[in-house]
Amino acid sequence: MRLSTKSATLLVLALLIVATPFFFPSAYYYRVGALVFVNGIAVTGLVILTGYAGQISLGHAGFAGIGAYASALGPTHLSLPPSLSVLLGAALSALIAFLVGRPILRLKGYYLAVATLGFGILVSMVLANESGITGGPDGVQVAELGLRDLLASLGLKLKAPVFWYAFSGVVLLVGAWLALNLYDSPTGRALRALHGSEVAAKTVGVDVPRVTLQAFVISAVYASVAGSLLALQNRFVTPDIAGYMYSIELVTMAVFGGAGSVFGAIFGAGILTLLPQALTFLAEYEQLMLGLIMVLVMIFMREGLVPSALRLIRGRGA
Amino acid sequence: MPELMQFLLSGATVGAVYALVALGFTIIYNASDIVNFAQGEFVMLGGMITVFAHMAGLPLPLAALLAIVVTAAIGVALNKLAIEPARGAPVVSLIIITIGASIFIRGAAQLVFDKQLHRFPAFSGDDPIAVLGATILPQSLWVIAGALAVFIGLWLFFTKTLTGLAVLATSNNRLAAQLVGINTSWVMTLSFALSAGIGALAGVLVTPITLTRYDVGIALALKGFAAAMLGGMGSPHGALVGGILLGLLEALTAGYISSQYKDAAAFIVILAVLFAMPQGIFGAKRTERV
Amino acid sequence: MSLLSVSGLGIEFGGVRAVHDVSFSADPGEIVSVIGPNGAGKTTLFNMISGVYLPGSGSITLAGEDVTGMSPHRLAERGLSRTFQNLQIFQQMTVLENVIAGHHLHERGSVFADMLHLPSSRRRSKAAEVGAMALLERLGLARAALQEAGSLSYGTLKRLEIARALALKPKVLLLDEPAAGCNAVETEEIDRLIAEVAAEGVAVLLVEHDMKLVMRISSHIVVLDHGEKIAEGDPAAVSRDPRVVEAYLGAHAKEAAHADG
Repeated sequence: MRLSTKSATLLVLALLIVATPFFFPSAYYYRVGALVFVNGIAVTGLVILTGYAGQISLGHAGFAGIGAYASALGPTHLSLPPSLSVLLGAALSALIAFLVGRPILRLKGYYLAVATLGFGILVSMVLANESGITGGPDGVQVAELGLRDLLASLGLKLKAPVFWYAFSGVVLLVGAWLALNLYDSPTGRALRALHGSEVAAKTVGVDVPRVTLQAFVISAVYASVAGSLLALQNRFVTPDIAGYMYSIELVTMAVFGGAGSVFGAIFGAGILTLLPQALTFLAEYEQLMLGLIMVLVMIFMREGLVPSALRLIRGRGA
Repeated sequence: MPELMQFLLSGATVGAVYALVALGFTIIYNASDIVNFAQGEFVMLGGMITVFAHMAGLPLPLAALLAIVVTAAIGVALNKLAIEPARGAPVVSLIIITIGASIFIRGAAQLVFDKQLHRFPAFSGDDPIAVLGATILPQSLWVIAGALAVFIGLWLFFTKTLTGLAVLATSNNRLAAQLVGINTSWVMTLSFALSAGIGALAGVLVTPITLTRYDVGIALALKGFAAAMLGGMGSPHGALVGGILLGLLEALTAGYISSQYKDAAAFIVILAVLFAMPQGIFGAKRTERV
Repeated sequence: MSLLSVSGLGIEFGGVRAVHDVSFSADPGEIVSVIGPNGAGKTTLFNMISGVYLPGSGSITLAGEDVTGMSPHRLAERGLSRTFQNLQIFQQMTVLENVIAGHHLHERGSVFADMLHLPSSRRRSKAAEVGAMALLERLGLARAALQEAGSLSYGTLKRLEIARALALKPKVLLLDEPAAGCNAVETEEIDRLIAEVAAEGVAVLLVEHDMKLVMRISSHIVVLDHGEKIAEGDPAAVSRDPRVVEAYLGAHAKEAAHADG
């Protein structure tokens, strides 16, 4: 029997999440793993927007910033528990994506890229300048999520890095499951159809502004949740999270691994998160490498690493 | 009143730089329908190469000339190595390629040069000139004059020379241009050289005022794009007017509203223009063919 | 009143009149062909009727409702479907998925149900898949169902577009050169299919260069030249019309001259 892409992806992801810790030489690696998962969550959102619907966003770090600062400021300014603050951040991101997306998504190509880029930069500018609320460029402390204490009171004591590794891993799995469900659903087909030919999608009845807006809002929620998780596990956040470079990194992760494939994009997030960690002695070359990867992948493997590799394997098999 | 005059003068100076970046965008966009997000890096290269060549002992004019020539060569290399191999790629891929190239150039500049802020002496000294109660630096006049000279030069090139007309023909219809014997690949090379050279010139002119560093390119690219869009993508006089307008708007925002949010002015302009009049002030309306 | 009626329709591109003052109508079960030399404005006319271009003048009425300038997806909701002269296939999707996507109006629903894979979403998908499979059978494409559409031949893709357009269960179907690039056998199949679809009560609008096919199946022919309607009537009348003969011969003579130069 052949496994569907969905089951195979979820199975492989789950196996990787459970099995890799057996090879971790120190607790530090749990932190790196959790970072991979958090980036994976944000990138899965971009799979829906860019991979399925073919719309680019160079401003999704803005939503990560909204999610991160919601979880930081909710407890201090609104006396909300951190867990509710995460949800508030997601709702706020969805609302902002809805309001901004309506006009922005009428744009195409370069204009959409620049408009989203501008949006992201505006968010990071507000976060850095409104220091009375956000703590300004120096950043702000983030409260403890509290879930770890809850687990401990139930008898499951986890060290912070282990907890965050496991928790981010579970959220990533859920995120991947939702995105894979969408792929093979009526909405997912409508998105992929408009990616293939916008005019043909319209003539089969796809309400293009409506479905692109849905994709934009969903991907914003993914980025927001990722931002919240990052802030909560670092217990600290600065406006850099909403910065231009993080938006670009997310897009690069997605297209490097393969924006059209959930597994590919998460794989891309993994590689591009691990590389700088593994090659710290090359830190000076980080931008050079990132730029080079972006150019080379788009010239030689437009579909990304994983889909191109799969095509090669299948081509041989047939 | 002198206050307003001061804002207008500094706005016009910055605006002239944006206009030069926007002209660079326009040249490549007209030749290939590509928006080159690495445009701002040319400005950075122009400034940085001049700084380092001058430090190495070259006289300033020679250092500036070297910077423009080297940057033009880098522009041509960008076209040959990254844009040409991706011909026919979807817009999303081209966006990622030119952004990747801009990050690559920035990363290389950081290695080859350094991470410090640099400047070199102004061409005609630093004594401000009084104008209607405000003052302007002699170097600002150089910047504004440079933008006007480039604009006039481009206008002459595109309307009076055979080569310029060939570039225009290519922008109108690539296939038809090839059929009448225009070497469109050479037109692309020329456009990138010209565009990069103009970017580098902007860097040479403005560095004594604003200083330069390896990472100044991206902000300039965004503002240049905003200016080009404000004027109407693909229109040279649109680029000039859009650049100056954006510069003035930024200076007035900084002066009367908040200097922290002066950079926001560009993005608010982008968004407003995109929604209110997507074809800009001078742009042509396009109909999609099916 | 006719199902589809077009009156005084016109559009300009940069001052050039691409289509000017064209009127005609189509009833259920009719096959109305639009013919004319290259550049006569046939595809432009189709693009206006299907909402891809906004007409500069004139009006379009569908089942009594003024639909001038309505967006394509709203026209689809009202039962107007089309194919394209230059294929507009969803290349990265399988053949089956292309036709399921054609069922979009019947299968669309809550995005939350879709993401959570709820039974309601699965039911909608399944129904669309069954319908799509039936259409693929009908067009002889069932064997290619799971192939990526981008890998198929031109003639196959032409049929796939028709299958996708039929998935909408249209009342009005616009076919832009369905037989272009098809061999004799395929052309005959398309010929039969168009007749069948019309017999089911669909108003078919056809742009086609294969004159034998047009003369054989059309109930009514509209002739365009330089964007204007120069003749209209049943096949026999149109083929005798001297203006039509001149438009075609003139155009052919000009084309021959261009080909030399």
